[in-house]
Amino acid sequence: MSVSNLTTQLKGGLDAPICLTWELTYACNLQCIHCLSSSGRRDPRELDTAQVKNVLDQLRDLQVFYINIGGGEPMIRKDFFEILEHAEHNNIGVKFSTNGTYITADNARRLATMNYLDIQISMDGADRATNDAVRGEGSFDTSVAAMNFLRDANFGPFKISVVMTRHNVSQLDDFKKLADSYGAQLRITRLRPAGRGADTWNELHPTQAQQREIYDWLIAHGDNVLTGDSFFHLNAFGESLPGLNLCGAGRVVCLIDPIGDVYACPFVIHDQFKAGSVLDDGGFAHVWRESDLFLSLREPESAGACTSCGNYDSCQGGCMAAKFFTGLPLDGPDPECVIGAGESLLKSATVTLIPKPSMNHSRKVSITTGGHA
Amino acid sequence: MSVTLESACELHPQVAIRPEPFGALAYHYGNRKLVFLKHPDVVAVLQDVASYDSVADTLRAHHVAPERWDAFISALSSLETSEILRVRQ
Repeated sequence: MSVSNLTTQLKGGLDAPICLTWELTYACNLQCIHCLSSSGRRDPRELDTAQVKNVLDQLRDLQVFYINIGGGEPMIRKDFFEILEHAEHNNIGVKFSTNGTYITADNARRLATMNYLDIQISMDGADRATNDAVRGEGSFDTSVAAMNFLRDANFGPFKISVVMTRHNVSQLDDFKKLADSYGAQLRITRLRPAGRGADTWNELHPTQAQQREIYDWLIAHGDNVLTGDSFFHLNAFGESLPGLNLCGAGRVVCLIDPIGDVYACPFVIHDQFKAGSVLDDGGFAHVWRESDLFLSLREPESAGACTSCGNYDSCQGGCMAAKFFTGLPLDGPDPECVIGAGESLLKSATVTLIPKPSMNHSRKVSITTGGHA
Repeated sequence: MSVTLESACELHPQVAIRPEPFGALAYHYGNRKLVFLKHPDVVAVLQDVASYDSVADTLRAHHVAPERWDAFISALSSLETSEILRVRQ
């Protein structure tokens, strides 16, 4: 079977997701200005320990091999280790993303004893100033301290996870060096205009020239760098980047949010992309297999405004979430379309109503953006 | 080829297989590799290969036509390289 046939099959959906993201809490001690889930305060409806374990049991029965746990800051939950252990006992691999605050020396040693566990430390600048402008004062030192604890505990190769912004694209080599110095693996992902990222998108998203820089860098280093296959819109530059070239929303990926709602992907926390809840009758499997939303996302999509563009097969029209939260039509170009079709459309008068995320758990403090004059 | 008709093979103990409409997904919990198995008959052979003394016996039991045996050896060798399959010691 050719690669394109496999892509067609994957677009038709799988019996269970390959890549399931589960945000365990909206609570977070940081207030990153690009947070895709607008996290900060715990939601009182948050799934409790028993409910979380029940969902894990469902995922085990569906043979979901591994899950990506995030938040908020997942380690803020008092039952965090209990959840990890329940997943491990049920043969569900866990990769969790953390800002590192709660990775103490003791916790690092405990994490190092667990199997099927991967850790991603978030870091959005290779130096203190660049990182802290996005993630808050002191956050760079916190991440470094966490990495040191993991190294000292012999955790093994953890991951450093970077969201690419206008201010850190030039630091790609520095990030790689930093990761190499820890024997860690670098992971870079695309900034999305989701959550608070919608408010900061215009000042943070990479320029057209920087998109080329990311593409060229990935072509040169891509085999050793993880991307979550998030840069497939850049494939229109030429040779395809490694990984799946498709929007996986509702097809191979989905999101379970802290209160159990199931969304098509981690970047579209909005009612329009909510498929159901793990608390509904039939549980997660019913939502994944039967929800009208997911079934419709698995139908062949129209290339719409991009039909006549020769690049469509390469870029697949880009990211659904990026289009949605910038107010672009879902069957039109990505806002970061490499030939500029999205940019031109955004400048025209056709974009009038930009959707807001359905939930906002930001703490009630003023968020200052910038720091980069 | 790392796998021959005479090899006695088994699924790697850290590998899980999940059936899918296109064939199956194989996941290795150790090296975290995910492999798409796109031929249902390869999946069937893979799941059953540990029950036989050799790959040839498995292919015969699964009524795989002899003209396709070379292709199976090549597919199984590539799975051995990905540590989805291993030769029994």
